[in-house]
Order: sequence, then C-alpha cells, then structure tokens
Amino acid sequence: MKFGVIRFPGSCDEVDALQAAARVGDAVLLWHADRDLHGVDAVVVPGGFSYGDYLRAGAIARFAPVMEEVSEFANAGGLVLGICNGFQVLCEAGLLPGALLPNLSLRFVCRQVGLEVVDNDSAFTRACDEGQRLSIPVKHTTGRFYAPADELDRLEAAGQVLLRYAPGENPNGSLRDIAGVRNERGNVFGLMPHPEHAVDPLTGSTDGLKIFESMRTHVADRVLV
Amino acid sequence: MSPTASSSRHRALGLSDYEYELILDRLGREPNGVELAMLSLMWSEHCAYKHSRKLLRRLPTEGPHLLMGPGENAGAVDVGGGLAVAFKVESHNHPSAVEPFQGAATGVGGILRDVFAVGARPIAVLDSLRFGEPFGSQRSRYLLERAVAGIGHYGNSIGVPTIGGEIYFEQSYEQNCLINAMCLGLAPHERLTRSAAAGPGNVLVLLGALTGRDGIGGASVLASAELGEGDEAKRPSVQIGDPFAEKKLLECCLELLDRELLVSLQDLGAAGLTSSASEMASKGGVGLDIDVSRVPLREEGLEPFEIMVSESQERMLCVVAPERVGQVIEVCERWETLATPIGSVTDSGYVRVLDAGTLVGELPVEVLVDACPLYDLEPVPAPDDAPLYGAPDRVLAGGESAGETLLALLRSPNIASRRPVFEQYDWIVQSRTVRRPEEADAAVLTLPDGGAIGVSIDGNGRRVACDPRAGATEAVYECSANLACVGAEPLGLTNCLNFGNPEKPHVAWQLVEAVEGLAHACEVLGVPVVGGNVSLYNEAPSGPIFPTPVVGMVGRLPDASRAGRLGFAREGDLIALVGEIEPSLTGSELAKLRGAAPAGSLPPMKAAAVRDAHRAVRDGIRSAALHNAHDVSEGGVAVALAECCVAGGLGSSVDLGDVGEVGLFGEAPGRAFVVSGPLDALESAGGRVIGRVGGDRLSIRAGELQPDLAVSELGDARDSGLRKLV
Amino acid sequence: MRARVLVRPKEGILDPQGQAVERALPALGFQGVSHVHVGRLVELEVDDPARLPEMCERLLANPLIEEYEIVSEGS
Repeated sequence: MKFGVIRFPGSCDEVDALQAAARVGDAVLLWHADRDLHGVDAVVVPGGFSYGDYLRAGAIARFAPVMEEVSEFANAGGLVLGICNGFQVLCEAGLLPGALLPNLSLRFVCRQVGLEVVDNDSAFTRACDEGQRLSIPVKHTTGRFYAPADELDRLEAAGQVLLRYAPGENPNGSLRDIAGVRNERGNVFGLMPHPEHAVDPLTGSTDGLKIFESMRTHVADRVLV
Repeated sequence: MSPTASSSRHRALGLSDYEYELILDRLGREPNGVELAMLSLMWSEHCAYKHSRKLLRRLPTEGPHLLMGPGENAGAVDVGGGLAVAFKVESHNHPSAVEPFQGAATGVGGILRDVFAVGARPIAVLDSLRFGEPFGSQRSRYLLERAVAGIGHYGNSIGVPTIGGEIYFEQSYEQNCLINAMCLGLAPHERLTRSAAAGPGNVLVLLGALTGRDGIGGASVLASAELGEGDEAKRPSVQIGDPFAEKKLLECCLELLDRELLVSLQDLGAAGLTSSASEMASKGGVGLDIDVSRVPLREEGLEPFEIMVSESQERMLCVVAPERVGQVIEVCERWETLATPIGSVTDSGYVRVLDAGTLVGELPVEVLVDACPLYDLEPVPAPDDAPLYGAPDRVLAGGESAGETLLALLRSPNIASRRPVFEQYDWIVQSRTVRRPEEADAAVLTLPDGGAIGVSIDGNGRRVACDPRAGATEAVYECSANLACVGAEPLGLTNCLNFGNPEKPHVAWQLVEAVEGLAHACEVLGVPVVGGNVSLYNEAPSGPIFPTPVVGMVGRLPDASRAGRLGFAREGDLIALVGEIEPSLTGSELAKLRGAAPAGSLPPMKAAAVRDAHRAVRDGIRSAALHNAHDVSEGGVAVALAECCVAGGLGSSVDLGDVGEVGLFGEAPGRAFVVSGPLDALESAGGRVIGRVGGDRLSIRAGELQPDLAVSELGDARDSGLRKLV
Repeated sequence: MRARVLVRPKEGILDPQGQAVERALPALGFQGVSHVHVGRLVELEVDDPARLPEMCERLLANPLIEEYEIVSEGS
C-alpha cells in the first residue's frame, strides 16, 4: 500500500501525514509542481496553510499541477483523503461538495474533539464501528462546513456524511455538526480534524490510525477482486 | 572637532553629543547621511547593548553540554544522538505596544529566523507576555487579544507549534507591554552554522522578501527611547510579517545548509542590512561591499540609507563561494524564494555601501561594531520612603474564608487557566508534543532516540520588584523546578532582561542586582547562559515597569514515555511536599489581591536544598516512582494542590499542620513541589507526607483554616478567569 | 483597463466577521448601523475586461459561498 502526500508551498502537516501513513504502508511526498503521482494507491492532501491561505484557503493550491493529476486519479476511482487545508482544497477543486467558512468564533481553535462515526460503509471508515467515538484534534480558523440546506439533506440521505462532531464538541459551527464528508462515489473524503495527529500514544490518542487502516484494507481488497 | 549646529541631526537619530564626538574622532571626518543612519542604529541601545554589555559578562557561559554560546544568532546545547537544540528568547516590546498583532507576529518571525540562521529547524515557540490589568483597562485587553492573535497567526501559519508560555497582568505594564518570544530548533551537530563572513572574493547573497520601508527608524530607535507623547507618528515604521514567505525561506535555508552550499548565514533583524553585514564582517575579521542598487525593492525610490536600515521581514544574508552561487539560486527558485547577489566579501575591514558602483558610504567595521562606548551603570536602590511602584487595586475586601480566598486566587488573571489563549495556538504540528499546555509544568518534545526535551519559560516581575537579586534567582530556580517536574535535567538557559531606563540609578540598581541573582542561580545549578536579549527603556511617565528578567530553560529527559504530569493520577496515592521552603506573603498573589505594593525581602533560599529537591523530583519522575509532580509557585501550596486536583480530575485531602494563611498561600517559587505516589517513593524523594489522593473534593486542614471545595468548583473558577478576555 | 472586483459572502450565509463589526460600531458611538458584511477587494489591470466574469467564477470568488460584483472599469 503506497500513500502519496502532497507538499504545497506552505503545507505544514505533510511530514506528519507522511509519518502517520508510514505506520500503515509506504509513503512518499508528492511535489506540487510535478505531474507525477508515482503510482500511489492513495493521495493525501495535507493540512497547513498552502499558499498562505491567500485569497481563500485552498483556492490557489487547487490549481497546482499535481492537482490536475489528482483529479484524474479521483475520476478513475483512486482514493483521495483531504485533511483540514486538504479538505478546503478538495472543495475548491469540486472533488467534494460544500465549502469551508470561517469559524463562528473567528478564532483559530486547537483542541482535542470527540467525533462520531456516522457511516462506516466507506473506504475511509470501514475500520470503525458505526456510532463509534473517535478522539482526534482539530486546529483551524476556517473549518465551518457549509452547503445549502437541500444539498445537506441529500448528503445525509446518501450516507455521504461520514463523521460528525460529538454533541457539544462542534468547535467551529459546522452545519449539522459535520466534520467530514465523502463524494458520491465514495473514493474522495475530506475532514477538518487531523487523524495524522492521533496515531501515537506518546503524543495523543491513536484513533486517527483507523482512517489510514481503512484505506489500506480497501486497497488490499480491491487488489484481490 | 566638535559637533556643529548642522550636525545636530545626530541628536534626532538618538546619538548623544559625546557619542557623535567619538565618531568624528574615530573617522577623522563627519559621517555623511548614509553613514550617520548606519551608525545611529549600530550605536543604539538595542544593537550595541551600551548599558548592559559590561554587566552581562557576569553571566556564566560555560557548561558540559554547550555547543554554541552567546554571540551567535542563537545558542546551542548537545541533546545526545548527534543532535543539538538551538534556542534563544527575544523581546519585541516597543513595536508591540504600537501595533500588537504585527509586533507580536514579527517578534515570532524574528526569533524563528535567529534559530534557523544557525542551521536548526524550529520545532517550538514559547511566549512570555506582560500586560496591564485586563479588567480595568480596555487597552490592555486589546493588546492581549491582538498579541495572542499575532503570535498564533505567525506560528500556526509557519507550522511551528507554540507549546508553552506565560502571561502576567500588572498595572506596571500598562504603558509598556512585554512580548518575549522564545524559539527552539533541532539540528544535527554538523549543520550548526556560524555567521562570520569569510573568504575575500566570496559573494554576499540576499535571500527572501523584497525590501521596503518597513520599520525604518523602527525597532532599534524605539527600543532606545521611552515611549511618550506622539508615538502615533511612529506607526509608519511598523514591520509587517508574512509567515508564508518565511516558511519558504526556512525550508530553503535548511536545504542550502544540508547541501553545504553556504559559507555563513545571518538573519536580518533590527537595523536590517546594516547590522547583519556589520556583524558578519566583524566576526570574520573581513570587510563587505554592498551595492544597494542590486537589492530587490518592493517600492520605488528608496534611498541608499533606507535600503541599508530597512527592517523588512523574512530576509537572510549569506556568504557563498562564487562557484556555488548558481546552485544557491536554483535551490531558492524551487522554494519560490528570491536570491540576489548584492555584494562581496573583501579584506578591507570596511563596510562599503555602493549605489550602482558609486561609493555612497564607507565605515570601518570596528567603528560600527566595537567602538560604541559601553556605559557603566550607576546603581542606587530606591529609598524605602519613595518606592518605585504603587499599590495595586484591592480585589479582596477582607474577611474571606480560606475557601473563598482560594477561589479568588484561582480566578485571578495571573493564575487562571490559559486555555482561552493556548487554544489559539497550534501545539501539535510536527508531531513531537508529548506534554501539551497545562498537562505538565514544562512542555515536552520527543527526540528521535526515545528521549525528549523539556522546556519552560518563567519570570515574576512583581517578586523581582520586591527584591531584584532574590527574585531573579527565583526565576531561574523556578524554570529548573518546572523541568524537574517532567524529569528533565537543565542543559542551558536563555534570558531576556526587560527593564526601565538604565540611566536612572534605581533602575540601574535593579539591573545590577538582577543580573547578580541570575548569575548566582546559574552557578548553583551549573547551567550556562547560551544567549539572550536585553530590552531597556520600558518606562512611561508614571515610572518603570517591574524589573522583569524572563528565563527560558531547555533540558533533556532520557525516556519520553516517562515525562511527568502535573495532575494527580491515582486514587489512594499519598501526597507529599518535597523541598525546604519558608513561604511568605511578600510579593505573593494574595498580597497583590489585598492591595499590597511590592515591597519587602523575599524568603531565603539554600542552594544545596534547592539542588537536592530538584534532583529528587527529577529522579522520582524518571523512575516512574512519583506519579505526578507540580512546583509550588503563584498562590502557594493551596493553589498548587487545587491545580493538581483539576488536572487529574481527582480530589485530595491534606493536612498541612498549623501553618496558617502563610502556609496555604505563601510563596517560595523554585524550591518546593507537590508530588504523589506510593509511600516509599515519597520517602525516597525526601518528601513530607501531607495527605492522600481520592474523592471529588479538595479538603485542606491548616490549623483553623479548612478550605473544602469540590474539584468541579475549583475547575470552574480557573476556567472563568480569562475566558471573556480573548 | 483598471477593474475592481468586490467579493462578499452570499446572502443567507452566516457572516460572523460582519456581525463582529456590526457589534463593535455601536460600542464606539456609531448608531443606526445594520446589515454589515465583510468581504474582499481585488484590484487588477486587465487587457480584456470581458474575461472578468470568468476570472471571478474560476478563481477570485467561490460561487457556492460568495457573490461578486465588478464595480468599476475604466482606464
């Protein structure tokens, strides 16, 4: 299982994502200017402040050369995980529905939060139980998930909401407490919490590993089929 | 020669007549505009340390783990496994009082550059902040909020975790807030880099952002004069920071160093190109030629002197062998960072400034860097009947029960939980953070070999105001105590001396006493000073700030998984006090809440007892015999116990004996600890058993004083303190 | 040609920045202020102003959450 983690100018958590993915498979860095995904099985678009969050978070990164390859890869069914800024990039790129708005508090918030797995029938949450509580940190200023109400209804009905903030733990005002959504096809997933920062008992919880493990199992199954 | 009427411009730039005469004497002529601008900055207090340099020689700078001492961009200590930790603390006080968001942000930016200038990857930031009383002052609330936002903005964007710090609120800082930023970086020994320019014929290359009018006459000049009327006019000098640009610059510099493409590296901070070039040349015993027309500019029409003193952020200067310049530019292009040859190293011993080949100024390096006069301080203690500091507003009316007093202390801005602040900082990026803010007394970061670094930053201006020598000693002891609580042994220390106007005898006395106190504590603990900063002239018409030496200390522990915690851990554990203390209410938070001015002597300290206590706690934590450790500081034993209960989510019942109020709330920082564990562990540590962990209440007997409160109530009081302020 | 594009949060989307400003103004003594929204200004020199709407749609604004207005053109 080979993960590719993109590095944009301004990415901060790409090395952390690389280290987390390396606990579960092989992991390489993908340079933003290269149009080569090096045969990875899954792409991780990491957290940070790509391009300084200039204009809008993720607005410039979505046009990086590597992102064209990622779009094709996604359209062909490849797995793509967007974490925090990565989620923002995928929404801007149209690979995920909705958009991320400034936190209601208008402040950066770094906090360990409780999440609920809404749906475990996905490549990214199959290693979890439905309804399972995960403890994973968030750290962002622009994490309030938004989509028009009818779109939200549709996403929920279609099982595209995979993670919600546990009651009372919504740190940013996301509508319907949505913490992470997948695309219709189920191969692209974005979440504001940082699973790569929940993989080592020394530095926190290890609940984040389940997301990477889910992806590895999914890829392994596909190979078998 | 004597200064003529037309040369009174030197006074406008902050040079005294005496200094100007010295310049005339050394140069043998009058300096031109470019030269005068350069000299006025290099001879400013901020760059030349005129009033403190002699005094700082008192500080011990040797130690077994020392790799780089004072004099470089940052100091460095060996942490094992072939790795070094480089670190330093710096102030950005005056710019932050003018524009707190950018002042604090660029303060962080500047200290980050100092650390990667020596080849270390920044892995953590800590900040030590001082403001006026928040509930009485909208301005102080504004400064607090904006400074925190600025620190968060810069640190979070660049991907360096802010893992610790401290904040104090005192009337004395109302007009002069303090923003001290500390940074640590990690480097393999071989990558540690010095800044001396070398090799006549080598190329001087400017890296990073475009040069504009930021901070012209800014940081250095502001730091050499007291803030008074009309500092609105200083606003155009504010530096604006761009963390995204610095992130690219940082990665670029580290790659250049990894590839061994640089002869030396220096960051551009206060006084910009002038100070960087002068210092590089001075350390290397060489000269430098700089052509300002080659410097890439953000706006048109900058004069040569402006280019030489601009404090535009996110720039570095490096010396490169001519055959390597092409490779340097290639690496920089990949990181979208400008790299521009702007001059060369010479053997002239001069800094020569050219504009498209025409010489517009030249000064001997020696005159710029070494010839500035160093002044002796004339210390005189303030007389008892004319104290420097007034009494704070009374918060406690009198007649409160011990329980009410404890809650009032927990709620007070100097003691309350800093969660509303630290949740605005990213403390997890880079995946090294083992102990998060408020989980332990020091922050802990993993090292690749399974060990870890402990780091703390401390200082209590109120106590130093009471007794500068003892207060400064306490600051160092407290830092070391915080490290002991996580199991770390101190390796080195950095300090920022924040004081008022040193030309005033009472402030001079504070400075001399405080440095003596710092030196003594360092000698007792065997910890060298690896570098630091001095910020003087923090004074308003109403008087100087509290003398505020801020100490940052770095230590190492062998096993990250055994890093200590501050919360009680297990029901049934016994609780003990370790360390000899004679607490007193002088200089304490309680005395402040009761409206007492800072005055009186601080309790005595016995060096051997302090060392023994630190060692006992450190060893007990390392062996996992002790289950928690928390040093006793503001608010005394009662507050320390409350904090252990809240952090651990466990109550405790404790009998201190008939120690009265002094025993409950008296302070003696740096020498006593609350620890818990099994009896044999406590006895090994030389502790005096006082109680047991259990239940959901904190119940203390101190003779007739018997505060008894639910842990949840303690937690609520702590949480409420700062919540509405940020 | 000199053009200015104003980008603001779409009507109906919660705008906490606008709300924060709306709350702060009365505290400074300014009454009678309402419906405050905070957005972004992009100024540019363009050879072909006809392409401005496309620039807005593709990069300068996010049409899901923002409205844009091309305020002035002129040399």
